[in-house]
Amino acid sequence: MKRFDRKQMAARVAQDIPEGAYVNLGIGLPTLVADFLPKGREIILHSENGVMGIGPRPPKGEEDEDLINAGKEPVTLLTGGSYFHHADSFAMIRGRHLDFCVLGAFQVSAAGDLANWHTGAPDAIPAVGGAMDLAVGAKQVLVMMEHLTKDGKSKLVERCTYPLTGARCVNRVYTDLAVIDITAGGFCVIEMVEGLDLETLQRLSGVPLKYQPAAKAA
Amino acid sequence: MINKFFATPEAALADVPDGATVMLGGFGNAGMPSELIDCLIAQGATDLTVVNNNAGNADTGLAALIGAGRVRKILCSFPRQADSWHFDKLYRAGKIELELVPQGTLAERIRAAGAGIGAFFTPTAFGTRLAEGKETRHIAGRDYVLEYPIHADYALIKADRADRWGNLVYRKSARNFGPIMASAAKCTVVQVRETVELGELDPETVVTPGIFVNRVIKLHS
Repeated sequence: MKRFDRKQMAARVAQDIPEGAYVNLGIGLPTLVADFLPKGREIILHSENGVMGIGPRPPKGEEDEDLINAGKEPVTLLTGGSYFHHADSFAMIRGRHLDFCVLGAFQVSAAGDLANWHTGAPDAIPAVGGAMDLAVGAKQVLVMMEHLTKDGKSKLVERCTYPLTGARCVNRVYTDLAVIDITAGGFCVIEMVEGLDLETLQRLSGVPLKYQPAAKAA
Repeated sequence: MINKFFATPEAALADVPDGATVMLGGFGNAGMPSELIDCLIAQGATDLTVVNNNAGNADTGLAALIGAGRVRKILCSFPRQADSWHFDKLYRAGKIELELVPQGTLAERIRAAGAGIGAFFTPTAFGTRLAEGKETRHIAGRDYVLEYPIHADYALIKADRADRWGNLVYRKSARNFGPIMASAAKCTVVQVRETVELGELDPETVVTPGIFVNRVIKLHS
């Protein structure tokens, strides 16, 4: 079976970010989305450490230790970008000013609960960062994750077994196999990778899936 | 004449007592007042409660303070990183207390302290483990968690330029927690790259007015 690789997943998420959107990309996998935003769309990337208008990674040798993203990687500032302090940055997040955030996840439940900060293992050192603020604050919460864990368990679940990041907060999930909306009736598949059928996806996912292919945008 | 310039970081930190609550600016290494932290380590204050977004990176700055065994408790949002080995070791040994706070709640609790707010309701963390045991309220269709301010005895922060009244401007994303920590501490100590004459900072661009600042030291970094 064909699966999306990380870049294809990022490119698929990027297609859904419209012109004019203010977007926060979580650390790790979601950061890749920046590389695939369609040329010609003006999309403004926010970083919770106080930057609006994140630009591409600087060329080697031109990094500035005072200009980093939430993953503490060197970035640049687009013309028109701005800096602000942390309380203002989270006012933007919590105050529902961001149009989208893209987050990674361990599990997403049929009700849209998100678990992405803690495995619950007793010896794990917990770290939450800005994930809980983004989960409650962004107008649309998009999740980007592998469909299955390394040992083949579905990351789409009836109820999260890992500690929650936020309850009923996820709008859409992008995996290496499908795009799934969270609806009042649970998971609703709107796209699958080429060659995959619903029956197979259903069997791998182990949770009830509805299927309603989205009308292709013009 | 008001003059908040101190000649040396040693003089600016001489009175930090054992058991103090100390806010440290910075997000990772951007905005971290590393030279002030080195000086705090040399000064010897211990049993500290530290507020920072992280729990130190590699072997310098906050990581060195933790590694030196001076931190009893840390309030932060993201302790675990690839290079947080000093914290990880002490945490696993039960030798440092962690209060994990969502990043926006951390920022707002610091802001609230500086703004004289007694407590506030935030939607962040409702229904999660980090809200367990906390008062909640349903307001206009949404659920909120009650959070209290974080006050500090000292804030050690880094800015780019300052004048002798303590007015500050920052540099790029090194601003992060600096302005709110400056307002939340009884004594705010700032390391800057450059000191300037009164009037050289454009009043329209001052980010932290000097009323929030007590001590300024020019350092090369």
